Amino acid sequence: MALPDVKQSATEARLATLRMPEAGCTRDAREAALARLRAMGLPGRRDEYWKYTRPDTLISPEPPTAEVFHTDEPMVFDGFDRLKIVFVDGVFSPEDSDDLTLEGVSIDRLEDICCKDIHWAKQLYGVLEERGQTPVQRPLAALNTAFAQDGVAIHVTGKPSKPISLIYRHESESSDAILHHVIRVESGAEVTILENGPAAARFNKCIEIDIADGGTLHHVRAQGRDHQRRAATHMFTRLGKESVYKSFTLTVNGVLTRNEQVVELTGDDAVAHVAGACVGDGDFHHDDTVFITHDAVNCESRQVFKKVLRNGATGVFQGKILVKAGAQKTDGYQISQSLLLDDDSQFLAKPELEIYADDVACSHGSTSGAIDETALFYLRSRGVPAKEATNMLTLAFLAEAVEEIEDEALAEDIVSRLEGWLARHS
Amino acid sequence: MAALDQTQVKEGVDQETVDAVREVGTYKYGWDTDIEMEYAPKGVNPDIVKLISEKNEEPEWMTEWRLKAFERWTQMEEPKWAMVHYPEIDFQDQYYYARPKSMETKPKSLDEVDPKLLATYEKLGIPLKEQMILAGVDGAEDAPAEGRKVAVDAVFDSVSVGTTFQAELKKAGVIFCSISEAIKEHPELVKKYLGSVVPVSDNFYATLNSAVFSDGSFVYVPPGVRCPMELSTYFRINAENTGQFERTLIIADKGSYVSYLEGCTAPQRDTAQLHAAVVEIIVEEDAEVKYSTVQNWFPGDENGKGGIYNFVTKRADCRGDRSKVMWTQVETGSAVTWKYPSCILRGDDSQGEFYSIAITNNMQQADTGTKMIHLGKNTKSRIVSKGISAGKAQNTYRGLVSMHPKAKNSRNYTQCDSC
Repeated sequence: MALPDVKQSATEARLATLRMPEAGCTRDAREAALARLRAMGLPGRRDEYWKYTRPDTLISPEPPTAEVFHTDEPMVFDGFDRLKIVFVDGVFSPEDSDDLTLEGVSIDRLEDICCKDIHWAKQLYGVLEERGQTPVQRPLAALNTAFAQDGVAIHVTGKPSKPISLIYRHESESSDAILHHVIRVESGAEVTILENGPAAARFNKCIEIDIADGGTLHHVRAQGRDHQRRAATHMFTRLGKESVYKSFTLTVNGVLTRNEQVVELTGDDAVAHVAGACVGDGDFHHDDTVFITHDAVNCESRQVFKKVLRNGATGVFQGKILVKAGAQKTDGYQISQSLLLDDDSQFLAKPELEIYADDVACSHGSTSGAIDETALFYLRSRGVPAKEATNMLTLAFLAEAVEEIEDEALAEDIVSRLEGWLARHS
Repeated sequence: MAALDQTQVKEGVDQETVDAVREVGTYKYGWDTDIEMEYAPKGVNPDIVKLISEKNEEPEWMTEWRLKAFERWTQMEEPKWAMVHYPEIDFQDQYYYARPKSMETKPKSLDEVDPKLLATYEKLGIPLKEQMILAGVDGAEDAPAEGRKVAVDAVFDSVSVGTTFQAELKKAGVIFCSISEAIKEHPELVKKYLGSVVPVSDNFYATLNSAVFSDGSFVYVPPGVRCPMELSTYFRINAENTGQFERTLIIADKGSYVSYLEGCTAPQRDTAQLHAAVVEIIVEEDAEVKYSTVQNWFPGDENGKGGIYNFVTKRADCRGDRSKVMWTQVETGSAVTWKYPSCILRGDDSQGEFYSIAITNNMQQADTGTKMIHLGKNTKSRIVSKGISAGKAQNTYRGLVSMHPKAKNSRNYTQCDSC
């Protein structure tokens, strides 16, 4: 079917500003992705999956400028022993990064892979993204696959001694970064991936994660404090038998963030948890779009999303669990909750369950409300000042999502970020 | 019922449930009435729209209203977002108007009524006393109304055959008649309210309905009146390849109360038939409306052949403060159901309730749910939806709860279960 004119011209206008880099073994995948993108067009306001989030500034030929935010406070994860891989405005920075050798893992730059004809990443690059295009189209991910400027390929074969930390620095007011990472966790291997930083004025990031039977991947992400940044991120994860994927995202500020998680449980007894906590004040729009497919027996999936919104901030949650025929004994859980601290903020939630197996447990819940007056009164009657009591209850509200992080030290670091935000914004 | 017989019933599902679903899955109303019909030519275009308007002896403003809707419809696209799959509908391969020939002139006595028409109602289980009235026999209304008091408006294909107990209702001030009659007799009410809840351009099917609706029911309950009996509409599709497009308009004025029941059946045919209805309910201050549906259109056979495509727009507007509306629906029929009875809770302290049971079997598909739009303060809504699928059937609940900034202290409770 031909694209509507508006869509086609918007797509071509954006494509005109992009250049496909030297592609090497990713060439075929990139060209296929470009064809996909041309066929579906970039997202528009009338697309069902973009009903609550305006894609305009994410698809415009040039990104809106974003002031760089400076702070003397230590960055998140600073105190942790980790292998640092730094990108500045979407470009790998060897001088800021650590040596990329670590036992149990091999890391290659996308640029290097693109000079080679043979590399393991060829089996993964663009593959999960393409799988994730049905039944819901994700044009920004196809754009990413076709035009990614940089990224890393992480091959986990053992249990590396420290987390791999992807740091995204933002230095130019008009940067438009496109990063694409691929991660393959081999059977029985285990890794923790950390991500933090605002990245660019506009950031389009895609990660494809393939976890083999019995593999484990923990993912903790803190999206930067820059107020004017915009980001559209995708994570495509495929899980094998008895594998585990646990992902948590903290978002503080940012004028526009759309985080998509596409998870496919293809091996029996696999476990996938995706969680997120976000706090927004004023001109803030945050969208979590999750699609979990159960395609094997006895798998477990959990979605826990909490949003605190004030001064006209908007939170969006679109979460879906698809249980395919035959995916018996599925245990699916989904909760999305928002705390609206005033009358101007809004939360838009669209939980979806689609079930074709008859022996499954799937539950979902969504709430949206103000601080519990009774609880507030209780705290105040015990001598806690109003502001402190509100912050205490807000933090307690967010805790359920933060608790999804298995590593206690990392969870504590996230909590301290939330406390900092509450102190600054109350 | 082959599908359910072959299906292994899961542990924990008791026999009563199985029998109930099986019972529902057997279609008892699949026979047809062999009656001489008068059709408008197949297809839809401005001439057909004008013809329907002419047949109903409508004033010019109504014809214009329809033509505008048609013009709009030609610019719209058929919605594809629902979880239902069916072959492309050829909107030009349908009859948009069909009425029994014998209804051309209103029969004056029982002898004049087509006995086949009479037999149809008898077979559908509508009591004889009422049946006389349904057949449009003058004088039958004076016969004492015995037993249960339910006033019925019966719609056969494109026309309303008759409305019972009109006189008795009139005494209470309640207007209950076919919408075609209302357009002629109460144009001021129709003009004021028609399209005010479901606008002409609301959605593809509602717009088509606005252009080609042939008949339906009209209810007006004046201020402070508690409608003395249940009101009911019985829709019967009989003719083949005919779409039924009925329009229902219910107005409950300040402090009034009315309970309304809608029932529908159709004969068993190999080809699918289209049904696109619009129901609009206006609830003024302190008024209450209960609207119940037992939807039992022919669902198609176990291989998915035939059946009714049921694309319905139903919406209630709780305009007044403390107004209340309750939707209750039992959905057992139709090959494809696309239906979301909704409540706009505009008045402060207004309440909306939605109770739904959807049972699908064989190849049936149902995509149904509700919308609760909270606009006023202290508004409350409650949604309870149960879906049961058997055989190869599909059942989708799709709901929307929207709390607008002025809807302070409003609450919603939603519960939806599937089996």
